[in-house]
Amino acid sequence: MNNYRQIKHLFARAGFGIRYEDLLDHENWSVKKAVRRLFRASEKVEQITILTESLDMRQLPKNATDEDKKKLAQDRNQQMKDLNNAWTKQLTETEAQLREKMTLFWHNHFACNIGNEFYQQALNNIERVNALGNFKTMLLQVSQTPAMLQFLNNQQNRKGHPNENFARELMELFTLGRGNYTEQDVKESARAFTGWAFDGKTGAYAFNAKAHDDGIKTFLGKTGAFTGEDIIDIILANKQTAIFISTKLYRYLVNETPDLEHINQMADVFYNANYEIKPLLEHVFLADWFYEDKNIGNLIKSPIEFLTGLNRQFYIAYQNPDVLIQFQRTLGQVLFRPPNVAGWPGGKRWIDSSSLMYRMKMPSTILNAGYIDFTGKAGPEDEAYLAALKKQELNVIKKVQAQPDWDKFLKQIPDGTPKTEIAQFMLEPTLDKVVTDEVALSPDMKTSIIQIVSTPEYQLC
Amino acid sequence: MERRDFLKKTALMSGAFMIPTFLKPLEALAQNNLTGYKNLVIIQLSGGNDGLNTIIPFGNDIYYQKRKTIAINQPDIIKLNDMQGLNPNLSALKEIYDQGWMSIINSVGYPNPDRSHFRSMDIWQTASDSNQFLTTGWIGRYLDANCQNCKTPYMALEVDDTLSLAVKGEKLKGIAVQDPNKLYQITREPFFKDLVHEHGDTNLNEDNLGYLYKTMIETYSSAEYIQKTSQTYNVTGMYPSTPFGNQLKTVSKFINSGLQTRVYYVSLSGFDTHVGQQNQQGRQLKIYGDAVAAFVKDLKQTDKLDDTLIMTFSEFGRRVEQNASNGTDHGTANNVLLFGGKLKNAGIYNNAPDLTQLDHGDLKYEIDFREIYATLLDKWLNVDNSLVLNKNFSGLNFV
Repeated sequence: MNNYRQIKHLFARAGFGIRYEDLLDHENWSVKKAVRRLFRASEKVEQITILTESLDMRQLPKNATDEDKKKLAQDRNQQMKDLNNAWTKQLTETEAQLREKMTLFWHNHFACNIGNEFYQQALNNIERVNALGNFKTMLLQVSQTPAMLQFLNNQQNRKGHPNENFARELMELFTLGRGNYTEQDVKESARAFTGWAFDGKTGAYAFNAKAHDDGIKTFLGKTGAFTGEDIIDIILANKQTAIFISTKLYRYLVNETPDLEHINQMADVFYNANYEIKPLLEHVFLADWFYEDKNIGNLIKSPIEFLTGLNRQFYIAYQNPDVLIQFQRTLGQVLFRPPNVAGWPGGKRWIDSSSLMYRMKMPSTILNAGYIDFTGKAGPEDEAYLAALKKQELNVIKKVQAQPDWDKFLKQIPDGTPKTEIAQFMLEPTLDKVVTDEVALSPDMKTSIIQIVSTPEYQLC
Repeated sequence: MERRDFLKKTALMSGAFMIPTFLKPLEALAQNNLTGYKNLVIIQLSGGNDGLNTIIPFGNDIYYQKRKTIAINQPDIIKLNDMQGLNPNLSALKEIYDQGWMSIINSVGYPNPDRSHFRSMDIWQTASDSNQFLTTGWIGRYLDANCQNCKTPYMALEVDDTLSLAVKGEKLKGIAVQDPNKLYQITREPFFKDLVHEHGDTNLNEDNLGYLYKTMIETYSSAEYIQKTSQTYNVTGMYPSTPFGNQLKTVSKFINSGLQTRVYYVSLSGFDTHVGQQNQQGRQLKIYGDAVAAFVKDLKQTDKLDDTLIMTFSEFGRRVEQNASNGTDHGTANNVLLFGGKLKNAGIYNNAPDLTQLDHGDLKYEIDFREIYATLLDKWLNVDNSLVLNKNFSGLNFV
């Protein structure tokens, strides 16, 4: 039995696309076997360890000069680049595609945007380690990272002076979703999280018993001297959490339009497995509905999925990977810089006139070593760094300086494979005549391949 | 890059020029040059401009007490009344102010202010409450609100390479154009062109592929309209040769050529002045003031000033007390500057900020920024502000 279409779809969604030689090798596998292999390839956890210092702990002397302060702003900027580049490199090179794909999902789910890159790195590794593990474990760990404690102001959440930010987002964005709790629940649970803090000197989680309110709280209909851990238990005992996560995951992996029947199946699996993520994913990837026509080739790739897919497919090596940050900025998704605590909204919102054109122009610019004549705006968080520069604008990289490995790419395609067949391999939607005609008419193989990845169809997975 | 190879003359001559029908009204409108067409130009100062060193409350001693090393000395200030005056780097705006083409609204902000750049910018761009997360911008929602009838394809145009959230709606989005020629050239690359021309009306349904093709075809069509229209006019006014000056010059070209755009969006960065503020902010204010003065005078010259309103904002102001690095840290309320030929209350619109009643060392807001948006929507863009802002604001009286 030939499973060409299913295997290709699976790798497009559970990873960043499949290479031609792998597809030819796997096309006779059963879906079950392919799913098993995907998980096996993701067993290994490769943490990102490029950053070794929290710059918040670097104390400038009292008599520090403006130059010293500018140096610090520049070091922060360098850390931002180093961390971003480390992840894009990992996305491009790793065999653990599914793990990285899910790390991206959790990166958006637990959206966090703070200036301390070292803390961001730690949060990112927690998401990576637990990406296919247990949601409760991950939620607890995430909630105790300096990154999240700082970002959602739980450092300021003290007995008698509660700060509700963390408690609110925990329910609204991380677990239950809007409409499934009351303002009173927010207030009461905020009290339970008082004292959840990290030590600014060591950067380690350090529960502050003195700041903790150990009084009686009433939360989601239950009453007791709840701690933060208790609140998380109560939230997870509510099946709405499984439904909320399943809905979000369905929209990430299957279709932007939720199908309640499929989502309820997912929520049952997730809830009954005590929030283990692997059985939930297996259920999706093994479900017949996952492979229905309407669920194939209809999701708009995020900028990161778009760039990662291209990089992987053509084995692209960048001399100056900073250009990838510039591309992220241009396309509207810079890793570690989600627009707000709700994350990137995704879907059609990735696409406007300019971002679509850049997406259609970028492949030829990269693959043909062209000049870049577009650049993204500086983000709000770049401002401190910008202000420290003389000319107050970001450096614009004009030349890509990247080597795609064309030989390696072309070698895997058997001689005599028609161009239209290659097009149908590289593009997920069913192709219409316009695209196949264009591609068939192009003068040579390389040109037609660049054309294939410069289409609206290539924006979908 | 050689994309010449893609050109297939045969295909282009085969007569397969099927421009989808829904694009035609847009192109037809190009010839129809309306007069009295009102424009809004939004200028975003990114990084949190220090409003207190922009419009300086020199008449208040507290200003000098709190800013020992970065206060602007009295003799250097361009005084507007006995309380407030312009930073000397804004000297070009004095003439504009004296002509009655400038309004200053003090103490603009919102409840529960957020001091993070990106969150506060998000709030200003989406016009949300401070604990609310919207995925559309206020100008974008203005486009949506107007498109319910779709009689006129009002558009919003950002002079930049990329589009800000402010200009993205649920159904409609503005367009980013740094340089109309460049945009036109990109869309006329042969392969792109072929896809547009041969694709026609098929596949333009509501799914994502349809959406992509629709966006591509609209971009193709808009690029031509913008390029063809704007090239009919050469800007005669003199502009400073800064990137920001060039952006405003581009806006002038668009307005004067009769482009059917209602809202223009331009940004200037570099206002996050934690360290060594005086030089740094001074440099940016000079870039800003010189360019805006040139723009206003140019529009006056071409008789467009009465139809144009310019609004400048920043995501927050800065702390009243300076820091130890001759700079200022993130604050809250700030001033909003308005320019135009039809201002109702030119000059200083309301009281100077209160430097005694502070909230954790920051100014308390007196005017919600959405009151300003509401005024622009109701009285300038002629759309009911509640359709865009999701609740009704009574608005102000500056136009």
